Amino acid sequence: MDIDKRTQQLAARLSYIRDIFGPRENASVALLKHRLEEFLTCAPGYGMRELQVQVGRLEELFSLLEGKLEGELSPMDRVRIVRHPQRISLKDILENVYDNYTEIGGQDEWSIDPGMLIARATIARRMGKQTVHQPVMVIGQEKGHGQEFRNGGSIKPWGNANALFYMRVAETENIPIHTYVFTPGAFPVEDYPGAAQQIARNLYVMAGLKVPVVAVFSEGGSGGAEAIALADKRLMLSHGYYSVISPEGAAAIEGGLKNKATPELIERCAERLNITAEDNLRLGFIDRVIQEPPLGARPDNYEFFRSLRREVIRATDEVVHGAQGLGPLRALAMRRSKVGMDPQDIFVRWSLRSGARDGLVARRYAKFRAMSKSALRDNRTIGTRLAVGLARVLWQVHSLLRHDIFAKYKRRLSGLLEQWEAELRALGLGLGSLLGRDGSGTRLGVPKEALSRLTSLSCPEEGACRTEDAWVYVSPKSREDRTVTCPNAASHGCQDLWAPDLYGEFAGVCSHCGHHFPMEFQWYLYNVFDFAHAYEFNAELESGNPLHYEGFDLKLAEAKRATGLGSSCITFETRMQGIAVVVAVLVNPFRGGTVGAAEGEKLIRAIERARIKRMPFFMYSHGTAGIRIQEGTCGVIQMPRVTMAVRRYIDAGGLYLVLYDTNSYAGPVASFLGCSPYQFAVRSSNLGFAGPGVIRETTGVIVPPKYHRAFSALSRGHIQGIWDRRDLRKNLHQALLTMGGSNLYYR
Amino acid sequence: MLNVKEMLEELKASPYEEIEVVTPHTGVIQFVGLKAGDRVAGPGGKWNEKPGSVLATLTREKNKKNICATQKGVVTDIAADLEGQFVEAGVRLLTIRHFLSKDEVIARILKKALYLFCAPERAKYYFVPEIDGKIKAGGEQSVKPRDGMEMFIVSRMKRETPLAYSGPEGIIYAVYFQQGDNVDGGQPLIGVCQESQLTLIQDVVNRVQGEWEEQD
Repeated sequence: MDIDKRTQQLAARLSYIRDIFGPRENASVALLKHRLEEFLTCAPGYGMRELQVQVGRLEELFSLLEGKLEGELSPMDRVRIVRHPQRISLKDILENVYDNYTEIGGQDEWSIDPGMLIARATIARRMGKQTVHQPVMVIGQEKGHGQEFRNGGSIKPWGNANALFYMRVAETENIPIHTYVFTPGAFPVEDYPGAAQQIARNLYVMAGLKVPVVAVFSEGGSGGAEAIALADKRLMLSHGYYSVISPEGAAAIEGGLKNKATPELIERCAERLNITAEDNLRLGFIDRVIQEPPLGARPDNYEFFRSLRREVIRATDEVVHGAQGLGPLRALAMRRSKVGMDPQDIFVRWSLRSGARDGLVARRYAKFRAMSKSALRDNRTIGTRLAVGLARVLWQVHSLLRHDIFAKYKRRLSGLLEQWEAELRALGLGLGSLLGRDGSGTRLGVPKEALSRLTSLSCPEEGACRTEDAWVYVSPKSREDRTVTCPNAASHGCQDLWAPDLYGEFAGVCSHCGHHFPMEFQWYLYNVFDFAHAYEFNAELESGNPLHYEGFDLKLAEAKRATGLGSSCITFETRMQGIAVVVAVLVNPFRGGTVGAAEGEKLIRAIERARIKRMPFFMYSHGTAGIRIQEGTCGVIQMPRVTMAVRRYIDAGGLYLVLYDTNSYAGPVASFLGCSPYQFAVRSSNLGFAGPGVIRETTGVIVPPKYHRAFSALSRGHIQGIWDRRDLRKNLHQALLTMGGSNLYYR
Repeated sequence: MLNVKEMLEELKASPYEEIEVVTPHTGVIQFVGLKAGDRVAGPGGKWNEKPGSVLATLTREKNKKNICATQKGVVTDIAADLEGQFVEAGVRLLTIRHFLSKDEVIARILKKALYLFCAPERAKYYFVPEIDGKIKAGGEQSVKPRDGMEMFIVSRMKRETPLAYSGPEGIIYAVYFQQGDNVDGGQPLIGVCQESQLTLIQDVVNRVQGEWEEQD
């Protein structure tokens, strides 16, 4: 090869290394720099043969030291690797891993979102002498080697919507989906369909996709990654990262949002968050790591693409095998196959039989259900656990007998009776009159007491008959003798409100403009959900510090002491005007209502309880700041986990209703809260994907002051209605009577 | 006849507006350490969502409220004797001397020199075709509105009704609406001036644009 070209390549390798190691001093990097400079100054004096020898030596030295530097990579260096413009991108993978492909999600900048690349690709496989082209749907973020219009793989809501559309296409066509995650996070704008809501929709649909999904992570930043990564097999590139938040974001929160985070703090956060492939494999959030060449794969590492191809084929084969089983000989061969063996040798057809498709979804649920189990503190005794397990089985049997067997026949019988009655009525003979009843008297006539209740005046002589104002729980804020100013006073001319009135009788609602002041979660527990007569379960599951995040134990203990709760989630069974419901509350004062492994587990158990006992499920978000970043991926994995449980519950015929209050942001809204078909908000609440500060930091866009208001979410179609706090009980009961799936037996 | 030049001289002589800050209601006043001559900022941000500098706090019934500057300017004449005192509503606390910007000066001159014909209700407004044609061909100044002249079409919920101009005779100095956009009730549609004053007004506006020195 030409000496100049080889020298240029060495210089490029050096500049790449220096990019990766950032401003840090490193002896090996200094040595390489020194040697290369030395060579460049001496080169004019060398003869041709000498040049060859020297360049050869330098190349050897580079390879040797690159291997050495590989061992010194810190988590933040890995972040720099995946963000480097020379990092492999999805287009390189399409070119080198698949045999043929056609882009279908738009081309380059002429796409609804150039960051999201969608392609139909084929992988050719041998079956004896025959070649079979296996079609796959490839979906992923394209960072584009510095192409500005790709927006660094930060996907806008409509890009995720496009991905979702083609996932459904793949499902219709019964072909597997390969997703490639190359995103630092979703683009947090609330324009329709809304970042959070679209990710929630993606998760909800992926939870029930009846085709194999294989995800490969290179850069997995939080919600943006989850939007396409809910998969049957999750592979990760060895130099990639998968995290709840970018290290910069974590540092910004850690250091206080006002100050700019220092590089040291960012490094420290990257280390604490356990974001590397190795960490995620250990924690069980990914299935396998695909080894990259030293210092990360670049587009000319063809050997790496070969191994990536082997791995995705193997992963897809395994998923298909798990769902529908292969012949005994192939199964044996697959079990014996080693990592290095070419999976091409065993032929597996990737289209699933119809019977296997439900099994695939069930296996996917089981896979995610088993994750992050050890990331929480389970304080229950063995006796309690056994009792809970037993009760669960009994309830399952009970539901089976009562709702699946008995109710089925009862429904049939009543359907038959109804039909007969309708037939007879068509003849002008009511069934009632046949049975000797006088239909007009009892059915249309109003009972006397109801008539008097509806027509006579209330009881002024007994004082004010205000039953709805008599709150069971009265906020302690109402004991202060002071006045409070409504934030709308300037625009609406609200008078100052006396705190005992406002927080007592008015339930925290401005009597002039209707602004809702935040209230304690206890107010809702007792006044809306009748917590005094409720049965709380799983209170023993408490938040822990699974990643041993420095300083977090103390903060957690403080939160537990201050609130008297073990986690930010309370789950209980209660009755709403006679109807039994399961309720989960996310409590804002406990670490900002953030969701970690304990909260996720409690939510899943509550949803499963509602499913088994055939009850409606309410989720009340008293405010949530998102996923608990100190739990790292243990937290972010709750997004797909809980969403899958929700999907399973809704598919089984349940009613899942969500109510937002105060401020609800990020992960939970972008998954299990946002996926509900019935979402409501208490007035004056805010909801969205990222707060105004984060939007400004990440996108540079300054959002208008009322950007996240519930009314914006309502006009966007995210939520279905806005409720007054004082009417919550009534509205929830009304919702129970008018909404929901087929399995609600209280009707 | 309106003397525009004189008005400009007058504005030049005192190029500021004095804003008296008064208490909105009763309460105990606490100043925040401002002195006469201190600069204060008005509401900021793209949507004026950030309140101006805090001037004082007013506490009533243990409810402490900030009194903020509504315009940027320089503080003059603080009623420092009120510090810590209980005051009634409407008591003057301090005065802000707000220096006028170019736009404000021009707006003031035009407000006096022009007759503004305003939209009677929120609707979409169009010129009638003849006037629209005239404006397109010969510019805004080619139209001479007079009282009772049918000039506009008001389009509301797809129902169109004619609207006649009412006001003094003159020529159109400026059009303040976009045809086809919704205009709120009370917003000006056109500004009309006397034909003889047109060049004078234009001259003064140009002079303000060129010469007015804005003070922070």
